[in-house]
Amino acid sequence: MTNHWVDIKNADLVLIMGGNAAEAHPCGFKWVIEAKKDRKAKLVTVDPRFTRSAAVSDFYAPVRAGSDIAFLGGVVNYLLEKDKIHHDYVKNYTNAGFLINPDYKFEDGLFSGYNPEKRNYAKATWGYQMTEADKKTGESWVKVDPTLQDPNCAFQLLKKHYSRYTPDMVSKVTGTPKEAFLKVCEMIAETAAADKTMTILYALGWTQHSVGSQNIRTMAIIQTLLGNMGMAGGGINALRGHANVQGITDMCLFGANLPGYIASPTEADVDRKTYVEKRTPKALRPGQMNFAQNFPKWFTSLQKAWYGNAATDKNDFAYEWLPKIDGAYDTLAIFEKMHQGKINGFVCQGFNPLASVSNKKKVGDALAKLKYLVVIDPLATDTSEFWKNHGEFNEVDASKIATEVFRLPADCFAEDTGSFTNSGRVIQWHWKAADGPGESKGDIEIIATLFQKLKAMYAKDGGKLPDPIMNLTWAHRIPTKPSSAELLMEISGKALGDVFDPKDKTKVIAKAGEQLAGFAQLRDDGSTSCGNWIYGGCWSQAGNLTARRDNADPSGLGQTLLWGFAWPANRRIIYNRASCDLAGKPWDPKRTVIRWTGTAWAGNDIPDMRPDAAPDENVMPFIMTPEGVARLFAPGMAEGPFPEHYEPFETPLDKNPFHPGNPKALNNPAARVYKGDMEVFGKAKDFPYVCTTYRLVEHFHFWTKHAKINAVLQPEQFVEIGEELAREKGIANGDRVKVRSNRGFIKAVAVVTKRIPTLMIDGKKTHTVGIPIHWGFKGLTKPGFITNTLTPYVGDANSQTPEFKAFLVNIEKA
Amino acid sequence: MQVSRRQFFKICGAGLSGSSIALMGYSPTSALAEVRSYKLAHATETRNMCPYCSVSCGVLIYTTGDKSKNAKADIIHIEGDPDNPVNRGTLCPKGAGLLDMVKSPNRLKFPEVREPGSNEWKRISWDDALTRIAKHMKADRDANFIEKNAAGVTVNRWPTFGFLASSAANNETGYLSHKVLRSLGAVAFDTQARI
Repeated sequence: MTNHWVDIKNADLVLIMGGNAAEAHPCGFKWVIEAKKDRKAKLVTVDPRFTRSAAVSDFYAPVRAGSDIAFLGGVVNYLLEKDKIHHDYVKNYTNAGFLINPDYKFEDGLFSGYNPEKRNYAKATWGYQMTEADKKTGESWVKVDPTLQDPNCAFQLLKKHYSRYTPDMVSKVTGTPKEAFLKVCEMIAETAAADKTMTILYALGWTQHSVGSQNIRTMAIIQTLLGNMGMAGGGINALRGHANVQGITDMCLFGANLPGYIASPTEADVDRKTYVEKRTPKALRPGQMNFAQNFPKWFTSLQKAWYGNAATDKNDFAYEWLPKIDGAYDTLAIFEKMHQGKINGFVCQGFNPLASVSNKKKVGDALAKLKYLVVIDPLATDTSEFWKNHGEFNEVDASKIATEVFRLPADCFAEDTGSFTNSGRVIQWHWKAADGPGESKGDIEIIATLFQKLKAMYAKDGGKLPDPIMNLTWAHRIPTKPSSAELLMEISGKALGDVFDPKDKTKVIAKAGEQLAGFAQLRDDGSTSCGNWIYGGCWSQAGNLTARRDNADPSGLGQTLLWGFAWPANRRIIYNRASCDLAGKPWDPKRTVIRWTGTAWAGNDIPDMRPDAAPDENVMPFIMTPEGVARLFAPGMAEGPFPEHYEPFETPLDKNPFHPGNPKALNNPAARVYKGDMEVFGKAKDFPYVCTTYRLVEHFHFWTKHAKINAVLQPEQFVEIGEELAREKGIANGDRVKVRSNRGFIKAVAVVTKRIPTLMIDGKKTHTVGIPIHWGFKGLTKPGFITNTLTPYVGDANSQTPEFKAFLVNIEKA
Repeated sequence: MQVSRRQFFKICGAGLSGSSIALMGYSPTSALAEVRSYKLAHATETRNMCPYCSVSCGVLIYTTGDKSKNAKADIIHIEGDPDNPVNRGTLCPKGAGLLDMVKSPNRLKFPEVREPGSNEWKRISWDDALTRIAKHMKADRDANFIEKNAAGVTVNRWPTFGFLASSAANNETGYLSHKVLRSLGAVAFDTQARI
């Protein structure tokens, strides 16, 4: 979330699309109700199902699963056509006026630079027009047309791109009745007023698509056109999954990133210099903060946190020890490699991939090729018994599976001390209440003991490259049991030598051995260490700030700056400089986040701006981009700088209605599809119904099936279908049905409901089948089928998050 | 003075507060049907957080015992933390069932191994389990570690080992797991957070 849970109460309009906060995040959803009650805010829900969020909405519009970009692109077109945008904001705080390379093209559904064999784009033409480099300084800036009239400026290209997204076209592709679509547009457009804000609450309903990242990008375009970023009650708010899903994302347990979203070195980064230079951007406009120019400080401090005295300027701060990646290592790529027999050992730490990853058969077959599997979990997961025959729910022959499986009991939240980071980026410390059952151990102790055993083996017997293992910093009082406190102090950052004020080299701002106050004190000379720069300062000399529990809210905005610690720098609303006009005056003084006092930025949040940057210095609010402004045109995306509607990989249509003549533009042209997976995508003639998967208010993923009360509340697997489809197929409420995709089947009880409307798509009646995901063969619920037996093995082109929300099935009475 | 419980409340109702009446020496004789004493009154309260969705609701966990050495803490009740600014004491149907998650009969209690081709679990000690796992890892790492690629560039990676990380674990667990994985040269790892 750019904003936070309580801030939802400050909105004038709440849009819920790609999520269902009332059921998936009930205690956060209360802030929507608060906004409705106290601010008379309106709630709009757009969803394939009439969800419980929809039930309390002021307006509900149905939409076909997998057509969100068509809907949102239509909103962009509406705002531009009706001139319902926040002009000053768009002109100053976005790249609307930036001139784009004249060779950039969008033709017949494809952007310039497409390579159909490799299924990717060469992005050379997606750049900005630059001024000639200054002879003396070498500086070169993006050319800008402040009038936004140049046909090659981002604003004009945006207009042109979305002019095709007319209300009729939107309705044809999404199935949303035209009047309903226009009503939503009208409500959204009202927040173009400088003192009105909309918040968007989305979740996996937007991310779990082959165009997931672009769903969100389209909304980001809308929120910047309306001037809603940085405002109280505004922003782009991802309502995320687990209690610490944000924190684990920040720690970047992902091959392609180091902690704090530092891109991992690749094979092309032959030495530290090459690596650092490539990732340290130069400002694209004069006077901008270009905050990522601090990259060398973040990276060097990380290497110092990991390798201490063994990382020096003499050995490139141990750059050589870091593994260099040679390609994709996301979950789908990992299971593909495993399926090909290229992975021998595997650890599942609190993760149940047999249930959570696409195409259960493929995942099970892949696990069976491992030499050893280690499951670390508080619960007996389905994955831990992938080898065991559970009848039709898991048809395998244990005698033919040679994988050695270890199952290690881990403590759960109640038995552990440490920090969680909520969706609003607030890091909160929690305390252990009791020991876990039997011989269970904390995750930290398990990992640390395993590591100590490995280290002892390398010390005794040697082996391949022992140096990074032997030199890994481990300043823990009990080496097999590091404490969360020791680790959070390491994450937050320390002065290794005295740290000096850059403006006055004689002034020490942090003495050797002290905890640093924040990432601004990090250095690239080896004098500081920091395990994750964005968490910098969460444990300062003042102590553990994540353990703060003062819920005072003097501004009434719900900022509670003394409760826990929000990253970055305890800032609760990021981009908050954009909540003020160029002169530093809040767009809405009643909801002042920060303002320019005449000498500094101050107010009800930590300013997202250099504190002394006077407005006439023209330092723009989006400090993390080298442009200083938000990107309407975003060249970094895999499938194009403007989001385009592509059909899901399994679509009820045989053409993309936007590009009926170009089969290459039917699905996301830049999505990665493995051999063998493309072949098992189903076709509409065999699998005519759109299927979408989701969660219920009584269950959490695949955990609560192990909790008695939740198992009692929702004991048995079911699927939901609309009344019209039920009539067509002769299915009555309560019948057992079999749902098939081209990858397998599940059986469940049918719930016939008005909640799933039949939609008219491209002149054709289209039915949707809805499947809650929570069942499996282990648990206290009645045994059920793993829903991901049905889902296709393809992900978003940028993040590789699997397409669970839109695929094809057939259904019949079992 | 003999005062029944009912009479005692009558006296209090006449205008004096109960506590001052008691101070003056009047107290009711024990009632036949006394209100049950509040069961959490003597429990230890610990601040924690619901592990389910990313609202990360504050919870209060109540355990028996007072954390003294001989009193083994047992979790008897979990409820919303009213001080938490986000959930303000509330919990949803998922969070309200947390006690049943902590106490689930499906909690794992000791390390187990399923040998290749076997159809059952076998209990083993922690030391055996972690030693066997470490031996597997070292053998695989030493056999498949790539120090240089075909172009002669130092790449130092171990591509045949994979790891999926929990997004319900603490930040500190995530950080330590990442640090250990990179030191081994692991690259094939991802998290539930990105699915």
